Amino acid sequence: MAKGDQRNPFDGVKIVSFAWAVVGPITMRYFADYGAMVIRIETRTRPDLARSLLPIKDGKPGLNRSGYFNHFNANILSMSLNMENLGAIDLAKRLIAQADVVLENFTPGVMEKWGLGYEQLKQVKPDIIMVRQSGFGTYGPYVHQPAFGMVLAAIAGLPNFIGWPNGSPLPVGISAYTDYIGPRFASAALIAALDHRNKTGKGMFLDISHFETTIYFLLPSVLDYVSNGRKPERIGNASPSAAPHGVYRCQGEDRWCAIAVLNDEEWKSFCVIIGKPGLVGDPRFQTSSDRIKNRDELDRIVSEWTVHFPPEEVMIRLQSVGVPAGVVKNGADIYHDPQLRHRNYFWELKHPEMGPFTHLGQSFDLSKTPARARMPSPCLGEHTESICKEFLRMSDEEFADLLQRDVFK
Amino acid sequence: MGQGLLSDFRVLDLTDEKGFLCGKILADLGADTIKIELPGGSPSRNIGPFHHDIPDPEKSLYWFCYNNNKRGITLNIEALDGKEIFKRLVEDSDFVIESYTPGYLDEIGLGYGELSAINPGIILTSITPFGQTGPYKNYKAPDIVTMAMSGVLYQTGDPSGPPVNISLPQSYLHGGADAAVGSLIAYYFREMTGVGQHVDVSLQQSTALYLANTIPFWELEGKILTRSGPYRQGLSPGAVQRQIWLCKDGYIFFVMLGGATGAKTCRELVRWMDSEGMANEHLKGIEWENWDMADRTQQEIDEISAPVEKFFLAHTKMELWEGAVERRMSVCPFYDPEDLLKDPQLQERNFWIEIDHPELGARLTYPRGFAKASEKNSPSFFRAPLIGEHNVEVYGELGFTLQEMALLKEGGII
Repeated sequence: MAKGDQRNPFDGVKIVSFAWAVVGPITMRYFADYGAMVIRIETRTRPDLARSLLPIKDGKPGLNRSGYFNHFNANILSMSLNMENLGAIDLAKRLIAQADVVLENFTPGVMEKWGLGYEQLKQVKPDIIMVRQSGFGTYGPYVHQPAFGMVLAAIAGLPNFIGWPNGSPLPVGISAYTDYIGPRFASAALIAALDHRNKTGKGMFLDISHFETTIYFLLPSVLDYVSNGRKPERIGNASPSAAPHGVYRCQGEDRWCAIAVLNDEEWKSFCVIIGKPGLVGDPRFQTSSDRIKNRDELDRIVSEWTVHFPPEEVMIRLQSVGVPAGVVKNGADIYHDPQLRHRNYFWELKHPEMGPFTHLGQSFDLSKTPARARMPSPCLGEHTESICKEFLRMSDEEFADLLQRDVFK
Repeated sequence: MGQGLLSDFRVLDLTDEKGFLCGKILADLGADTIKIELPGGSPSRNIGPFHHDIPDPEKSLYWFCYNNNKRGITLNIEALDGKEIFKRLVEDSDFVIESYTPGYLDEIGLGYGELSAINPGIILTSITPFGQTGPYKNYKAPDIVTMAMSGVLYQTGDPSGPPVNISLPQSYLHGGADAAVGSLIAYYFREMTGVGQHVDVSLQQSTALYLANTIPFWELEGKILTRSGPYRQGLSPGAVQRQIWLCKDGYIFFVMLGGATGAKTCRELVRWMDSEGMANEHLKGIEWENWDMADRTQQEIDEISAPVEKFFLAHTKMELWEGAVERRMSVCPFYDPEDLLKDPQLQERNFWIEIDHPELGARLTYPRGFAKASEKNSPSFFRAPLIGEHNVEVYGELGFTLQEMALLKEGGII
């Protein structure tokens, strides 16, 4: 099934990751899926929050049974280390001495508490690259402020752009939006840093603030304020430059189709396909600005048509004549989506406690070095022994001793 | 010129709004990114808002904010001469990024096959709504359609009404950011092996990354996660909790979480409320360490929420934020752009930079990069290019004389 080159971009790259929750695996996957050895350090004494997030397989509690965790952690190795134990810190340093990269996303201060700040890591491995992702960055007045993705989406102001005129702002979807933004920026910088290290022998420290990377996702509104003094307004699904533009009710329970008619040509095709060619010459809807002015009336006309069909049919009919339309897909639709399936977006991997389970694949395809599904998400500490004995070449006696001293808890 | 991590590399950026952020990320890391537009300018320059609200291709703020730090040339890559010039640029470049409909570059003879024949190390990155292959590959999809097809739109909005899209396009940004990562993975491989490749990015996939536990919920429990308005769902089987709260002058964010993650915030909040006489006995009696969201009922949550709501309403968003920072609590205001520009954290980190737009007689505010690196951390920052602004410079670098450029201009090539 492998195509092209058998080599992987990150063959030989070794990453030790203290990063956790959602940010951790999303960052690690860009490397693990393309050949890097990624060792995630975690502990039973304070397990990754994501290991308890719903849904839980068969409702039976257990740190290896979260659907959330196991969806996102393919290709990653898990080593259990209780960092509150002195022996664990030594061991972490032994791992880092052989690594290229250290990742973490704690509130600043945690790594320092363990003696694993950048300056100390450099003593262990002079050309180490350390990537720190935090809510607000490693310095500044909010440095100690705890942050998680939903907090950051709010302070960056994204919800101000979601909702109806005169209504409350609304969150972006169901999760911690910024957790899915920062890792892309951090990973881009990290790859550039690895290349720089290869060419110059110099490691570095990268400080990524998720508050800052999230602002990249709303830049036009910042300039709109600077140039025009305008503040965010909620406009529902309307577009300032096109109508119809929105989400329209279709046949079925909570079924909807998004439709956007962007120009006169698409408008003509749209009128014909909904069986109302007479609308083309209707002075209320003649030009784009007429349509924008009369958008409420137009939305009513569109809904009167869409409500008679399932959203799939609305989409197919409109797309067949070149009008942009898409089913508002729910979880079941996404799971069965023919496009995503065609693109190998889901990896079904057999997990020791989950059984066959859908792991998330990658968002892009590299023609010669595709992302490879090598292993399912790890059980907590699953690879502790093999990492110690094979990677660190630790003796059986030493391993047994550390085990007994609860270093691997 | 300043030095960034990617200062030795050149990017040819053919994208429209679907791919702007890819080139922007590479440019912010220092890459010499050349925006290539059709003679007369890219249609993406017609996207608002505009400086002083004057619709003009040289005043699009959307264009400005995602194309600064890029140089700009005009080139008709469909014309024979234009194609030849493009190929010469490719010889000396590292990345080509594009967002045309799938197959377009192949049709005009500039597909990956042709480009890699000229420069085997070239990385071609294509950014499209659904990727280069598959049943939906030719579907037209502005942002709202991609947001729908990625599953994110269904979960945004009030449960009683239609899903509602975020009015700033987001799918282009998820795809653009992923495209930068994908391009750099390919580049890393190229630096090790000399082999370039084609990176095929799907906005649908990049946006669907945000679905969190949506797919596991369907797979394991046959449950469809839906919209929950200003509430948070998915933390307790039988209850939702408010995450967006009204305060005196706006909105603030707070989610009630106990246990290791949330106990501190809740404890501090109750203490703060109590110091102002606004915490009732029930609230004061809760042991937050043992308060587990996973087995709470809606009634319990509502009972706790009522006094909290009153407390927030009695304070402004900045009072609440300052108090939260002082107490290290996870509570925060909803900033508007004015607040972002004034924020002390962003100021101390020098996040904002003012860049001169001499032709507008204005200085506008931009981010000063996204990565604070301890090495090579001083890329240059300059405004987005005017139409064909760097034609003389770039075509001069290729060896064209001014006379030859004039002929190309007259021929509608540049």
